Amino acid sequence: MATQETDIREGVDRETVETVQNMGSYKYGWETEIEMEYAPKGISEEIVRLISKKNDEPEWMLEWRLQAYHRWVEMKEPDWALLDLPKIDYQDLYYYARPKSMVEKPKSLDEVDPKLLATYEKLGIPLKEQMILAGVEGAENINLEERQVAVDAVFDSVSVGTTFKEKLAEAGVIFCSISEAIKDHPELVKKYLGSVVPQTDNYFATLNSACFSDGSFVYVPPGTRCPMELSTYFRINAENTGQFERTLIVCDKGAYVSYLEGCTAPKRDTAQLHAAVVEIVILEDAEVKYSTVQNWFPGDEEGKGGIYNFVTKRADCREPRAKVMWTQVETGSAITWKYPSCILRGDDTSGEFYSIAIANNYQQADTGTKMVHLGKNTRSRIVSKGISAGQAQNTYRGLVSMHPRAKNSRNYTQCDSLLIGDKCGAHTVPYIEVKNNSSRVEHEATTSKVDDDQLFYCRARGVGEEEAVALVVNGFCRDVLQALPMEFAMEAQSLVAISLEGSVG
Amino acid sequence: MAASEAVTARLSAQAPGPGFGVARAAAAERLSAMGLPGRRDEYWRWTDPAALNTPEVAPAAPEPAEAPLFAEVNSLKVVFVDGVFDADASDDLAMAGVEIARLALEEPAWATGLYGTLEEAGQTPVKRPFGALNTAQATDGLLIRVTAQAEKAINLVYVHKSEASDPILHHLIKLEEGAELTVLETGPAGARFNKAMEVDVAKGARFHHIRVQGAEQDRRAVTHIFARVAEEALFKSFTLTVNGKLTRNEAYIDILGDDAVAHIAGAALGDGKDGPFHHDDTVFVTHAGLRGESRQVFKKVLKNGALGTFQGKIWVKPGAQKTDGYQISQSLLLDDDSQFLAKPELEIYADDVKCSHGSTTGAIDDTALFYLRSRGVPEEEAKGLLVLSFLADAIDEIEDEALKEEIVARLEDWLARHR
Repeated sequence: MATQETDIREGVDRETVETVQNMGSYKYGWETEIEMEYAPKGISEEIVRLISKKNDEPEWMLEWRLQAYHRWVEMKEPDWALLDLPKIDYQDLYYYARPKSMVEKPKSLDEVDPKLLATYEKLGIPLKEQMILAGVEGAENINLEERQVAVDAVFDSVSVGTTFKEKLAEAGVIFCSISEAIKDHPELVKKYLGSVVPQTDNYFATLNSACFSDGSFVYVPPGTRCPMELSTYFRINAENTGQFERTLIVCDKGAYVSYLEGCTAPKRDTAQLHAAVVEIVILEDAEVKYSTVQNWFPGDEEGKGGIYNFVTKRADCREPRAKVMWTQVETGSAITWKYPSCILRGDDTSGEFYSIAIANNYQQADTGTKMVHLGKNTRSRIVSKGISAGQAQNTYRGLVSMHPRAKNSRNYTQCDSLLIGDKCGAHTVPYIEVKNNSSRVEHEATTSKVDDDQLFYCRARGVGEEEAVALVVNGFCRDVLQALPMEFAMEAQSLVAISLEGSVG
Repeated sequence: MAASEAVTARLSAQAPGPGFGVARAAAAERLSAMGLPGRRDEYWRWTDPAALNTPEVAPAAPEPAEAPLFAEVNSLKVVFVDGVFDADASDDLAMAGVEIARLALEEPAWATGLYGTLEEAGQTPVKRPFGALNTAQATDGLLIRVTAQAEKAINLVYVHKSEASDPILHHLIKLEEGAELTVLETGPAGARFNKAMEVDVAKGARFHHIRVQGAEQDRRAVTHIFARVAEEALFKSFTLTVNGKLTRNEAYIDILGDDAVAHIAGAALGDGKDGPFHHDDTVFVTHAGLRGESRQVFKKVLKNGALGTFQGKIWVKPGAQKTDGYQISQSLLLDDDSQFLAKPELEIYADDVKCSHGSTTGAIDDTALFYLRSRGVPEEEAKGLLVLSFLADAIDEIEDEALKEEIVARLEDWLARHR
């Protein structure tokens, strides 16, 4: 351990070393002891029917799931990613797990099991309608009225509660779990579900379509600026359980919403599967910002355990002048397979993708974006920063496609990779397809190691080695950190430092 | 047809050349194991291999020959007509410090253990079925061993005469320590041409390669360069492609030794008005040695529905520290119908390296065009100038000034005819 070396080398007192060590470990690795109810292990038509029944779904939803299931059975797991993927036994995990206290759905947050509330409290996400992301320094100085965040909390397979529902309803914004939306707003769900990521889009999305248990639903009506930021917090708690959530966001004409997503899981020796789908529909002149801080348990120093994260995220800028911005900070997961994409269908639409992906120890990340330019005068921008340390492999994989109709469109892509240590790998796999000549596409990528001069400068001014690396890395990521909402940016900055703990020395 | 039947049909369409029985059998086995490529193969997603897979060749009428290139260069000329060595048109195959043998006639001892080995090394991690097919079936080609600095270049001239010619040529070139050789290649070679060139560059040796792929419109070509570069050695290759229904140029360059240098460049010009144009550069550069330097510079000028693709990779293996890898792929689309598809990849397993790649696509810069017009340069001429300046980085990879001038003259001529 690097910190122990520091101890011997510089005679730092024991207390400091311990503080650093505690800071460096995965903070969210604890487990909530709570009575759970499981569906039998494995996936089958019966399980799909059971999940649908547990959610009290109408017939059309069940049909939709079954269609996906039958297709999934015939599909093959994709192998094109630069991942050393262990064999996943899809029959050896639970597809549905909910706290027993959630069997009777609580009518309000006051009725939610205190154990669940305490869980989120401990995660820094109190499910109370007062403060947001606690534990964030300086949050107390923020004008609370302006910085309120509504939270939908998903615990294993179910949503345990959604805050600020009434306040949002006043503005006409619908924010609830997707299971509620299927019951309460079937017309919206029917119209948009699967319209961006079709049921049978890819192996993992198809599996999700068959067995998603819950997730969040957002509808922002025309001309409405969502009065607060919305967020979903995903927590995997139960062992041997897969989490399959589905998020659907519809931003109607001229509306705006900023959406945050966070995720954590306990430390365990065995890997767990997470296969989510996020669909975003953006209509004329509307704008969506979607930010993720993905901090699933990454596995231990030997690469044992961790979450296998297979996520399909796509935004459809369906009408003119729609805008979407994806920002992601990927620090967790043993395996990340994730390509948040933008379909720039309407004329003058724009898509942005800002990403920091950090892989340490034995983590593997294959992540990037797709920018599909279909409309005229469409714009896209990709800024990706990949950091590899330890034995990790980190790949940027992206597509920029300019269709013949997408005249006068523009793309700029910047992918930078930083390597810390000589056992890790950094890879770039961009696909560029240009089918008209009035568009401009530029792609740049660099790979380098942490600059010795910069490190030396920090060290010469008394900054410790690990801290110096964190500083340099934060500088390397600056373009992306700046694109995050403030609370997330602060959290992300400290996460960057924590994720790299133990990678130097 | 089942995959194995397709391979058998393809293999039995032509009789393999003589010699190298062991290597040929191994290559045939490799091909059977990997099968012929299809559109679902990752590295064939943008280029349809169907016309290269068929046992029979689609006829392509030979066009009147252009003025020969490199006529003034001091060289040893070797002519192949539809893939067959033409003794009358060729110079005497003798040069100090260079042993030249014909694959169709001999199997020199030095070549026995080498033939096909670089091709085999180039099959990982990406399959190159036409490379294996070539090793198995090649009927002619040169086996060249260089022990000193060659006094003149070897000038390979390919002539296409028969409209159903389907030659498979394999050149094996071994540069011993400190040796130096320049190889020139010109001409369309056949209706369908499969060529492989294995180049083994030993310590401190220098290899230069300049190729001009023929202007014939209907021909199809699939070529491979498999190179191995030892310490302090240099490998440089430049290719100019003008027209051609289908061209797939693959290169696999293995930088094994420390302080070695490998540069590979290409300029392709396609005008769909002459007929379909599809040009594909698929380039792999691997670094295993310390302080290696590699450059990939690929430029394409496309108009009237021409299509260009580039798949390039810099692959830095563990321990290849201080690697300096550079890759640029650019295309100039002169109208709205042309397409450029690119996949510039980096795969890096060492931390103390400097690797970068860039890729751009777009039309001629209006501001630059306006600048030239405002200084009295007519529009078409101004465009020609801008195209030439766009290609300059690739052409500059040619070290020899006289050769470079010939290439530029050929380019200017093409541009003048395709305004």
